[in-house]
Amino acid sequence: MRRHLFILEFALSGLCRRRYKNLALLVAYSLLIFIISSILFLTHALKREAELLLQSSPEITVQRLMAGRHALVPVDWVDTIVSIPGVIDASPRYWGYYYDPFTGANFTVLGVRSSEFPLKGREDLDPEDCLIGSGVSETGLLRTGDSLVMVDPEGIARPFRVAGVFSTSSSILTNDLVVLKEETIKRFFQIPEGYAVDLVVRVANPSEIDTIAKKIKEKIPSSRPITRTEILRTYESLFDWRSGMVLSMFIGALLAFFIFAWDKATGLSAEERREIGVLKAIGWDSSDIMEMKFWEGLVLSSLAYLTGTITGFVHVFMLGAPLLESALKGWSVLFPSLKLRPVIEVYQLMVLLFLTVVPYMAATIAPSWKAAMTDPEEVIRS
Amino acid sequence: MKYRRFLILLITESLILLGLLLWGHYRGQTEFVRLTGLKDLVTSLMLTDLSIWTEARYTRHPSQTDLFSAFQDCPGCLEHFPSGSIVSVPPHLRRPEEIP
Repeated sequence: MRRHLFILEFALSGLCRRRYKNLALLVAYSLLIFIISSILFLTHALKREAELLLQSSPEITVQRLMAGRHALVPVDWVDTIVSIPGVIDASPRYWGYYYDPFTGANFTVLGVRSSEFPLKGREDLDPEDCLIGSGVSETGLLRTGDSLVMVDPEGIARPFRVAGVFSTSSSILTNDLVVLKEETIKRFFQIPEGYAVDLVVRVANPSEIDTIAKKIKEKIPSSRPITRTEILRTYESLFDWRSGMVLSMFIGALLAFFIFAWDKATGLSAEERREIGVLKAIGWDSSDIMEMKFWEGLVLSSLAYLTGTITGFVHVFMLGAPLLESALKGWSVLFPSLKLRPVIEVYQLMVLLFLTVVPYMAATIAPSWKAAMTDPEEVIRS
Repeated sequence: MKYRRFLILLITESLILLGLLLWGHYRGQTEFVRLTGLKDLVTSLMLTDLSIWTEARYTRHPSQTDLFSAFQDCPGCLEHFPSGSIVSVPPHLRRPEEIP
């Protein structure tokens, strides 16, 4: 044990002799782990949040495709769908997008029936009232009692009184929402009578959802049923660290790390080679030199791993990932505050460990092994 | 002895990480209650997507996009198709106030 501690002590002294170089290395290494861990933590937390929340999304959403594009759905499809055994209910949904030229933001305008009214303490919305998400409220500087003005397809400005603002705690769902009464949204978007934007189908037995979706497609060939599983899978793949958006952010950081490790692996500096030669000449075994290099790698990578992981955690779960926000935001004017539920699994910490520490350790030990195997005189002279 | 200082630093950092994970676990349980409350909102408003990216309809509602074009209509946006990734954004789209 004492022998190992002495070799560790020697390795630390070696690192201290090249303190500025190693300090710079530690900072760069920690920064890379910070970026990679931030991306991993953020996407994993978003994935889990989507998974939890969208479990309550509609079992089946039915769209209509016409000439290869979405089209309004005839409300009489409801009767056809309800006649399928296992379907409890089918109801039309009225919603759309509104581009607000004053703020440059896109709102999602949603119609609700009285029975679905989401504001506690009130039973209904007046036809000229609306509920808005916190993002809409902040962007338009609107408070309860103010008027939200939206221009209808005829170019007439329609004021809607803000009856309530969704709390910021629900902003991941409601940030850009403008909720109107169903009749109001139909009138505002001029949706023809007998049509809806899509249909929502409730199914008695969740295991029958796929079968019922197939039956809907058979009965109405121009329909496009989207099941809840498909919704959940969409978010799972969207936030999976191995695919899509995340990979595009992740790959840069990872490539930087591999260049860093590759640089380390391609060889030792003349000073390091001379040190190995001298140590061998005074009687160190190759195994001792390997152990010393192992300790050097372990000291740097364990400190960088812990520092990077701690700062990544604080960045994502305590500060709301401000450095990643601009990358995620894109052109979005409205972007929810990312107050995410801290979900960290051992799997993530292991992924981080294997992606960063293991290649670095290998990159440190491999060239040292080569140098340690060579004759000391040759090493010193070279 | 340098190794003592190193071990103290290592243990301190490990304890900080452990503390953060424990805090995360505790906070996660509190947040779980909040999110469970939000599930009622998803049900009552019949929501299908999270309100994260509001810049385009296929990013606002990724689960409801067309079958044939996952990222459509917007040159310069993240694209499945190579041409969409290399065509730059028309200048008038960069200045929302000029859109009639």
